[in-house]
Amino acid sequence: MKEVKSQAGKTAAPGKQGGLNAEIQSRIGHQLRAMYDDVVRQGVPDRFAELIRKLDVPDTNPQIGHAGDKNDGGE
Amino acid sequence: MPLTNALRDDILASVPSLRAFAISLSGNGDRADDLVQETLLRALANIDSFQPGSNLPAWLFTILRNLFRSDYRKRRREVEDADGSYAKTLKTQPAQNAHLEFEEFRAALEKLPQDQREALILVGASGFSYEDAAAICGCAVGTIKSRVNRARSKLSALLYVDGAEDFGPDETVRAVIGGSGG
Repeated sequence: MKEVKSQAGKTAAPGKQGGLNAEIQSRIGHQLRAMYDDVVRQGVPDRFAELIRKLDVPDTNPQIGHAGDKNDGGE
Repeated sequence: MPLTNALRDDILASVPSLRAFAISLSGNGDRADDLVQETLLRALANIDSFQPGSNLPAWLFTILRNLFRSDYRKRRREVEDADGSYAKTLKTQPAQNAHLEFEEFRAALEKLPQDQREALILVGASGFSYEDAAAICGCAVGTIKSRVNRARSKLSALLYVDGAEDFGPDETVRAVIGGSGG
């Protein structure tokens, strides 16, 4: 890897920096994913499901069983 | 390619992570959902330009990121105290530890330069490769790597080094080690 620049120049305990740094990095990664996954787990809100479901798909897929541009009610 | 049912399902399946990306970028749920909605509309309007077999999430994330960037520039001019009002909402939160820690993390993330924040989220949370993240951001892979590194060290300085000075290094070290039972 590249040389470590003095990016965190004001550390209090230089001797422990390496180990602490690894712990901190894994904690940051964990928090980042926790924050992100918290939203991902909410799934698809109705407004977006509706938006996408309402779109007409051209009749390229015979197994749908719908006749082309018929505007069905959805539910 | 034309919109097929399979493609439509794939787009739908990308919505949760698009929202997570949008919220991470904007720090605001309502605005994030508007961003997602606009992304979907734009993606569907331009679906013919999507190459079959290419990375659909990366394509959608690129659209969202570009929308956020142009929107961000506009709003920056309109609403000058965005930071001030966000700080106020933080202060009204109940002081529960986990929640506080979460809000602190989010606030620290907000303090990162936009380039670094998006790189960190794409690689560290969305799970994109450096190559995909570089394509989404329209920059070199090495640039993404250095942005991610700078984002990480800045976050650790904001969250942990300053804290160590305030509360004493021992407490912080114990909290860090105790919190991640690895």
